[in-house]
Amino acid sequence: MNAPSQTFVSDVIIPAQAPPRNSVGINGWMRKNLFSTPLNSIMTVILVVFIVWAVTPFIRFTLIDATWSGADRQVCLQSSGACWAYVKAYLPQFIYGRYPIGERWRVDLVFWILVIGMVPMLIPRAPFKRLNAIFLLGIFPVAAFILLTGGHYQFAGRLIPNSIMPPSPLRFAIEFGIVSAVILFFVGLFAWLSGRPIAGSGNVVGTILAGIAAVLALCSIDFGLVPVETANWGGLLVTLVVAITGMIASLPLGILLALGRRSEMPVVRLASTIFIEVWRGVPLITVLFMASVMLPLFLPDGVTFDKLLRALIGVALFNAAYMAETIRGGLQAIPRGQYEGAKALGLGYWQMMRMIILPQSLRIVIPGIVGSFISLFKDTTLVIIIGLYDFLGQIQASANDAKWASPVTGLTGYIFAAMVFWAFCFSMSRYAAFTERRLDRGRR
Amino acid sequence: MNRKIASILIGATMALTGATAAGAGTLEDVKAKGFLQCGANGGNLIGFGATDEKGEWSGIDVDFCRAMASAIFNDPTKVKFTPLNAKERFTALQSGEVDVLSRNTTWTMSRDSSLGLQFVGVTYYDGQGFMVRKALGVSSALELSGAKVCTQTGTTTELNLADYFRSHNMPYEVVAFEKNEEVLQAYEAGRCDAYTTDASGLYAERLKLTNPDEHMILPEIISKEPLGPAVRQGDDKWFTLAKWTLFALLNAEELGLTKANIDEKKTSDNPEIKRFLGIEGNFGEPIGLPADWAYNVIKGVGNYGEIFDANIGPSTPLGIARGLNNLWSKGGIQYAPPIR
Repeated sequence: MNAPSQTFVSDVIIPAQAPPRNSVGINGWMRKNLFSTPLNSIMTVILVVFIVWAVTPFIRFTLIDATWSGADRQVCLQSSGACWAYVKAYLPQFIYGRYPIGERWRVDLVFWILVIGMVPMLIPRAPFKRLNAIFLLGIFPVAAFILLTGGHYQFAGRLIPNSIMPPSPLRFAIEFGIVSAVILFFVGLFAWLSGRPIAGSGNVVGTILAGIAAVLALCSIDFGLVPVETANWGGLLVTLVVAITGMIASLPLGILLALGRRSEMPVVRLASTIFIEVWRGVPLITVLFMASVMLPLFLPDGVTFDKLLRALIGVALFNAAYMAETIRGGLQAIPRGQYEGAKALGLGYWQMMRMIILPQSLRIVIPGIVGSFISLFKDTTLVIIIGLYDFLGQIQASANDAKWASPVTGLTGYIFAAMVFWAFCFSMSRYAAFTERRLDRGRR
Repeated sequence: MNRKIASILIGATMALTGATAAGAGTLEDVKAKGFLQCGANGGNLIGFGATDEKGEWSGIDVDFCRAMASAIFNDPTKVKFTPLNAKERFTALQSGEVDVLSRNTTWTMSRDSSLGLQFVGVTYYDGQGFMVRKALGVSSALELSGAKVCTQTGTTTELNLADYFRSHNMPYEVVAFEKNEEVLQAYEAGRCDAYTTDASGLYAERLKLTNPDEHMILPEIISKEPLGPAVRQGDDKWFTLAKWTLFALLNAEELGLTKANIDEKKTSDNPEIKRFLGIEGNFGEPIGLPADWAYNVIKGVGNYGEIFDANIGPSTPLGIARGLNNLWSKGGIQYAPPIR
């Protein structure tokens, strides 16, 4: 007779027990992340105390004690919190500066065109990227320029003496034709000397010249818009114009300079190196100051050069130098084999760069480029030095208004400026992180 | 040489951007343009040159430009303002970016003689003053012996302060800061007894204190800061026009001509008023203006007193008393040569 089996097989599955209460939920999370060791517990307590101590007054100032509405300084005079009523009253000026009120729809229109052009560009899945890029980089700048300035430029020409032909658009057109012909001639000569097909380079230069002619012609058309001098632009408008122009202009310039600095042609290399080192070696504030105070003194009497244009050129060249070094870092990170492989495939220099090297190296330096863009965006505040009232400058100026002057007005303005700048820079940074992850997918 | 090369290079560039060069005199250019380009304070100096939240310009300096526009075009609105900062203001005038610089600029010899500009006159006699708490019980700067004085570093105010206290044999202590905001904060926090800067600035800064009424500006003015508009050197006709626009503002106040009553004064028998209004003689012709140019100025912007009262006078938040800026006949030093 067999002894009854001692083995026991459970025929029911023991139901899962809830985890210990102190290891799940908020408790568990806190135990794991905040109070895992005595040292961490102490650190947590100290930090919480610090945060409460630091943030509470800020919240009190910006939210609890703040004045939200009112007609003038009286409402903010006795308050110990932020004077948001002042920001509310001044908001249009913070955005448009002294742009005439009746014409502000033009700024809005430019903004919305930009948004319509940008959003599909930023969304990777949206179609028609190529057309979109042409719209954004070709059509939008011209449209924005005409809308913002009013267009209707009266080109008078300057080269032909007045005695032969009085100033007129026709004289300008003739001069433009002559200059174009001279340029084309030299391009042809150069191509002939270096033994390249003349038609190829001629076509490219001819297309560019025709493009310039078309843009100038567009700018001279009278669209019935009231001209608005750039001296009256201000606020966020100027900040965005300077920042966006700087970004768009500095990227291609920077790529060219980076390639130039790594070129095997000594003249190109030397010229790029000198350009980069000179512009990187000078503070932006000096560049702007030179552009605004020294340049007019060199100009012939009575000739003025638009102040905003001077700042735009200065900012773009300055940032191109920085961009060049960022991109050069990317170029150097590409293994030699990539270059050799590209050459072995029979690709020319530009083909190699465009199809093999640059796509890889630009991907590597995205964080660097975005870093430059963010610092460029914040550097735009320096244009105050040359009397352009950008977003921050406009806020500083408005805080003096007798109608709103109070102990908290200036502070409120600065807080508002900080919030807006942070919002812009943070979104740039987040978008860059998103792009990085997306482009990196193939490598992981 | 360099300048010439630069001129040629940039001139060539300008050919493409299509800028226009100035032709004959400034007055002809201004008339041809159809408006006066006026360099004003872009940093919002209350009462002198400032824009409100709607972008409307106001201030004494601004009104002077409007007065010139009235004289030239009989329309005070035919003026465009270029906001300028302190560093670029002279360049802007020299390079022709603006026709007249009216931006609380102190008239000094070095500026008058070496910057290629000419000061038109004085629209506001400013000078360094002191602000104290009323509770301090001080009524004159001479009672400030041993006081702690807040000021901004590296400005002439610090030097003037030292001179003043030394010459009166009074001990004092300077509490200096880099930025204006810091100075005011220190004063508000009670770190010093007095706050010194230009008097017009004191009135403006007072508004930023928690209780402006608890503070007062002492009557002593310890430095000379005559503020006035300036024009480019080398265009005497334009200079004369600007100068006499200012004189017209002052003379009108002396003659009792205001924006409101000037039309009825047309019937006045006073020969001075008749000459002023262009009823007798034609004083506008030599400066390139119509005979009733002065009438247009007053009709457009009012006389000097009216401009003063509207922008910085006792009824405004600034509440500055006329003081030195009163007419010579009323105890001040504002004085204009007669029109005859």
